[in-house]
Amino acid sequence: MTSRIRPFHHMRWNEPIIYQLSVEGQRGILVPEAEKEIEQIVGDGLSSIPGNMRRKDLPNLPEMAQPQVVRHFNHLSQENLGADSNIDIGQGTCTMKHSPKINEVFARSHKITDLHPYQDCSTVQGILEIFYRTEELFREISGLDRCSVQPGGGTHGVVAMVSMVRAWHRDRGEDQQRDEIITTLFSHPADAAVPKAKGYKVVILPPDEEGLPDLEAYKNALSEKTAAIFFTNPEDTGIFNSRILEFTELAHQKGALCCYDQANANGLLGIARAREAGFDMSFFNLHKTFSSPHGCGGPATGLLMVDRKLGVYLPVPVVRRNERTGRYFLDFNLPKSCGKVKAFFGVAPVVLRAYAWIMSLGADGLEEASRIAVLNNNYFMKKMLKVRGCSISFPRHPGRVEQVRYSWEKLKEETGFGTGDVQRRIADFGTHYWASHEPWVIPEPFTIEPSESYSRDDIDEYLEIMEQISRECYEEPEVIRHAPHNSTVHHIDHEYLDDPGKWAITWREYSKKYTGYFQER
Amino acid sequence: MAEKKRVYPYIPNSEPRIREAMLRETGVDSVDELLTDIPAELRMKGRMNLPVPFSAEADLKRHVEGILSRNITSGEYLSFLGAGCYDHHIPAVVDEIIGRSEFLTAYAGEPYEDHGRFQALFEYQSMMAELLDFDVCNVPTYDGAQAASTSLRMASRITGRKKALLAGNMNPDRLRVVQTYLDPVMSVEIIGWERDSGLLDLEDLGSRLATDVAAVYFENPSYLGAIEDQGEKIARMAREAGALTVVFVDPSSLGVIQPPSRYGADIACGDIQPLGIHMNYGGGVGGFICTRSDRKYVEEYPSRLFGIAPTSGKEWGFGDVAWERTSFANRETAKEFVGTHAALWGIAAAVYLASMGPKGMADLGKVIIQRSLYARKVIGEIPGVSTSTPSAFCFKEFVVDLTRTGRKVGEINEKLLSRGIFGGKDLSEDFPELGQSALFCITEKITMRDIDRLVEVLGDILC
Amino acid sequence: MTEGRSRDRKVLGLIVNPVAGMGGAVGLKGTDGRAVLERALSMGALPRSPLRVREALEALKRIADDIRILTCSGDMGALESERAGLPTEVLPIGAGPFTSAVDTMEAARKMEASGVDMILFAGGDGTARDIAGVVGTRVPSLGIPSGVKIHSPVFGRNPAMAGELAGLFMSGAKVALEEREVMDIDEEAFRKGTLRASLFGYLLVPSERRFLQGGKAGGGKSVAVELDGIAQEIISRMMPGDLYLVGPGTTTAAVMRRMGCEYSLLGVDAVRDRKTLGTDLPGKYILDLAEPGRTWLILSVIGGQGFILGRGNLQVTPEVIRVVGKERILVAGTPEKLKGLFGKALFVDTGDPLLDLELCGYTRVVTGLGEETLFRVER
Repeated sequence: MTSRIRPFHHMRWNEPIIYQLSVEGQRGILVPEAEKEIEQIVGDGLSSIPGNMRRKDLPNLPEMAQPQVVRHFNHLSQENLGADSNIDIGQGTCTMKHSPKINEVFARSHKITDLHPYQDCSTVQGILEIFYRTEELFREISGLDRCSVQPGGGTHGVVAMVSMVRAWHRDRGEDQQRDEIITTLFSHPADAAVPKAKGYKVVILPPDEEGLPDLEAYKNALSEKTAAIFFTNPEDTGIFNSRILEFTELAHQKGALCCYDQANANGLLGIARAREAGFDMSFFNLHKTFSSPHGCGGPATGLLMVDRKLGVYLPVPVVRRNERTGRYFLDFNLPKSCGKVKAFFGVAPVVLRAYAWIMSLGADGLEEASRIAVLNNNYFMKKMLKVRGCSISFPRHPGRVEQVRYSWEKLKEETGFGTGDVQRRIADFGTHYWASHEPWVIPEPFTIEPSESYSRDDIDEYLEIMEQISRECYEEPEVIRHAPHNSTVHHIDHEYLDDPGKWAITWREYSKKYTGYFQER
Repeated sequence: MAEKKRVYPYIPNSEPRIREAMLRETGVDSVDELLTDIPAELRMKGRMNLPVPFSAEADLKRHVEGILSRNITSGEYLSFLGAGCYDHHIPAVVDEIIGRSEFLTAYAGEPYEDHGRFQALFEYQSMMAELLDFDVCNVPTYDGAQAASTSLRMASRITGRKKALLAGNMNPDRLRVVQTYLDPVMSVEIIGWERDSGLLDLEDLGSRLATDVAAVYFENPSYLGAIEDQGEKIARMAREAGALTVVFVDPSSLGVIQPPSRYGADIACGDIQPLGIHMNYGGGVGGFICTRSDRKYVEEYPSRLFGIAPTSGKEWGFGDVAWERTSFANRETAKEFVGTHAALWGIAAAVYLASMGPKGMADLGKVIIQRSLYARKVIGEIPGVSTSTPSAFCFKEFVVDLTRTGRKVGEINEKLLSRGIFGGKDLSEDFPELGQSALFCITEKITMRDIDRLVEVLGDILC
Repeated sequence: MTEGRSRDRKVLGLIVNPVAGMGGAVGLKGTDGRAVLERALSMGALPRSPLRVREALEALKRIADDIRILTCSGDMGALESERAGLPTEVLPIGAGPFTSAVDTMEAARKMEASGVDMILFAGGDGTARDIAGVVGTRVPSLGIPSGVKIHSPVFGRNPAMAGELAGLFMSGAKVALEEREVMDIDEEAFRKGTLRASLFGYLLVPSERRFLQGGKAGGGKSVAVELDGIAQEIISRMMPGDLYLVGPGTTTAAVMRRMGCEYSLLGVDAVRDRKTLGTDLPGKYILDLAEPGRTWLILSVIGGQGFILGRGNLQVTPEVIRVVGKERILVAGTPEKLKGLFGKALFVDTGDPLLDLELCGYTRVVTGLGEETLFRVER
């Protein structure tokens, strides 16, 4: 068989910083001018500004004509590797998948982009219907009852859940007593970080020898102080906690709420749901499982579903339908609401894309997506474990759902190269991977999630890249040591990012500290 | 599940022969064999009861566009709505750039493969810092409300204090988010404002400033549109009490209005939606936080800060500055977090600011002020309608008091709607002290003819 | 400074314990002491260090133009250094037929005095202990693992990795330095089948952790940040008027440091209302201080095997523990230190089997500000 390895080279424009492209007097776009009549009546307007508040200097923005603006940013986009351009399976936990192009057509329609949030509900029936129908879809997907589309991302979904937990216990007068939230070591780090930011103590359960949350430790941790449990399942290792029902039942016995982080639900659609596992709440990242593009890191949505009993604590407003008239409206009248977590009502274009994605697949299609994601993952795992130096976390528990956290520990021991080195080198093949959250409990980790969007050929190509890099680690260390070779840039000196005397977070700060190419002033 | 015939366009390996071959190579007969970790009691009984899908793209298009067609846009009608979300012109070049799939579909690659995203957002930070006349700006947060909340939490960590004083004339939607976000780590007190001028009541502020106050927060313009010109005094009072000054500012005003850094703000924050991002029914929001390049401040940012660094090939390189700081927590008993926020909107704002340039931002401020002065004048001339209180100078929004017409805002807005106009935001619930008032907004897209038409229709409705 | 040499060159001190590891092959548990060494030699043990050193120095060849080596005579360093073609300066130490701990210590002393940038040593726990006793945490140090006993986390994972890391550090790359424990076991007891490790000191060791750029949520924390969070958490729980017995280790030291209290790194200190009552207290004195119901014990995980009692803190006697009570024992550990222990247990070995049994079960370990992690305790 011929090699799938491509002689890739990333675009390298050596693109200047935008300020270096500035030419005095150039304009990129013109702004309307006030009508003559207005000018006659109110004058230049500027003299009406209270004297101390008038900015007399011009802000130091670049001056560029439109073609140069377009070219500059096109160059930058070409120096970026989107999911559309690569076999994006190396970013495990993030569910990189195809974002159907028809959904972009919808999201860019002026029928959604040009809506103001305070328009009368009669003029936004379309988007309210999308929100309402999306809630109906997610009732089936999660088994839960009520919805908020407000959270602006996965971490924000956790914020909403923590706020709900507080509102619930406060309403019962138990807020002071219940000040602990239990999570697991391999739940997403946000499940520990957000409760802390919201004033809770966090108790972390370690994995047992099979990588599952230690049930005995859990029993020991639960008490009348427990406000809630925040679990990811399958965890970031890809291992499904099959005893989850025991965990949620025990929590309920102690009066705690059960919160499910389903930021990544890509292996479970139509197979296992929050309801059957005993959870009271769950959130879903519409930019992961439900295909909305990631946009370099947002805008996004962490759609929240809750059990009926928690509906009154949802962030305001919620979307309702007047059964008599069939019209949709926003209901702000939730006296027990946990408040608001985001400006206005959420990220409408992201919800719209998710709605369209679900409606294009239906129940069978969603289940097929998950089943193929599971198949792709296990197919990849079987072959990946044959790559020299690679091993799986928790080998005593070989079952994995939609992703796997692997380890290059053996590679590191035998060659001195670890996951960071592989990560640098993989940029030379037109793809990438993400190491894993720290601390690295699994030594030299990396997490692969080949979602349903990737063909067998894609997966085989990625595997071949991994094989080649492993081989180089053993046989051609110099290649690895100096990688990347074919990237946009060469090795970045991190000291300039960590040392307060050297760092520059803006061009202006750079210009104060340096002249030319990092020559200190 | 029985093997299906259907091949899904988004799921290449749903093709039966490929599926079979992969199952074989994986060493199983069915996907179910790979799901044995999920016990029967957790398995969903039966199928999800979802509507019949629109499998063909043509059918899906018809379905979704059918629903969307029930929306009426701000372009189709004449809109005077603002209140935190603004219908500014979006340069076509912005949509062109952020629609490029390399940006649209990327996520969290390393600087080696996602160099472009790092540079674009570094440039965003750089231009925002110039607009705000500060040295540091972050990668966008979820929205201005979160930027405000985080600024207050930063102030709390820096001062070691736990109370925020918030201007009573701040955006009420934002206030609700701030309250949720600060609870229970910080407490909140509201500062009074003067009904006549629309500006902050400094006496009330003085009486509330104490040694437990971490920050004094106000907005410029205020929610009601007024330019707060007592910033220097407020900042001095805060400083003397050991508190920081946090100012939420509309960046579209900064071509002509002084940035908060020049009247003593320690932290400036705001929403970038006015800078080239479609309203998206309120989804086009993204927050910014700007400060001096003082280590004390930089280390308290929970958000990502992209910095510039040399490379071994003498290119411009980029990466996360002071990565550790995201978990630094010297005084506060709680930490904040980073996640997926609104990066693409940051790139949009970068393209916008580069296109507008210094003169564009100045021109924008000028035309908005001229037209809103005109609108305020001519609307105020309608019998029974007043635009003179609060009296302070306003930037692009102002209060239209309809109390003396004897009609409710809701009622008038309904009539305006029937004539193709979205009237101003009804203030009667959030600010009952203003009676039947509405907040009208004038952007550069509103022409003199639009204003005259509003006046004419309002006159018709009210007479 | 020797004249004529470019000051640009960084200086690496190299100390090789040529007999380290010889005992292992012949079933002896270490070669501390001349008698044991002679026995090892008579049993046909072969030197292990030179090969290990050779492997490590391989990685330094790349920066041969930027560094020079300051080392001891013959097989205490010069032989391998010169063989690797590295610019070498030799101290007059280790010329005799048998080298000893004294030579190692003398070399470390001279190297510190001459201002070396780092000491790279080949040996085991005993060698590390000798060096820690002389230079402490004043000079960055790193071990090439070549002894039988490698309990101290001051060694590279293997010789090549030790060389890589030393090379990285010497080339001026930004490498974090961490205080790491030097443990050693009682060889005599070990040879009789009992493992009894003690804490002997600390070395300043370059960290292998590298911060990866571009992660998407949260980031790696340096050990310093982790320690600070733990210290804040523990201090926030302290009750006015109560006595706190603070065990040895860097984690507990961070608590004392943050309070601005005087402390000993290796001993048990007593503190009340943020004031140190005594440092490095003997067990009997501790027992006198302890008052039931008002005394707390702050412990950290000592060494790589997860001991919280019975290694390095034998001053905390069973009697003291009984007075304090199980519910007043606070255990702390950085996620970095604990990461190898997940899925395993923490251990107690107080010398009192009944007490050990009582201490078994689950304990909450303070792992950060507002954060605890559950661990099983076994004996």
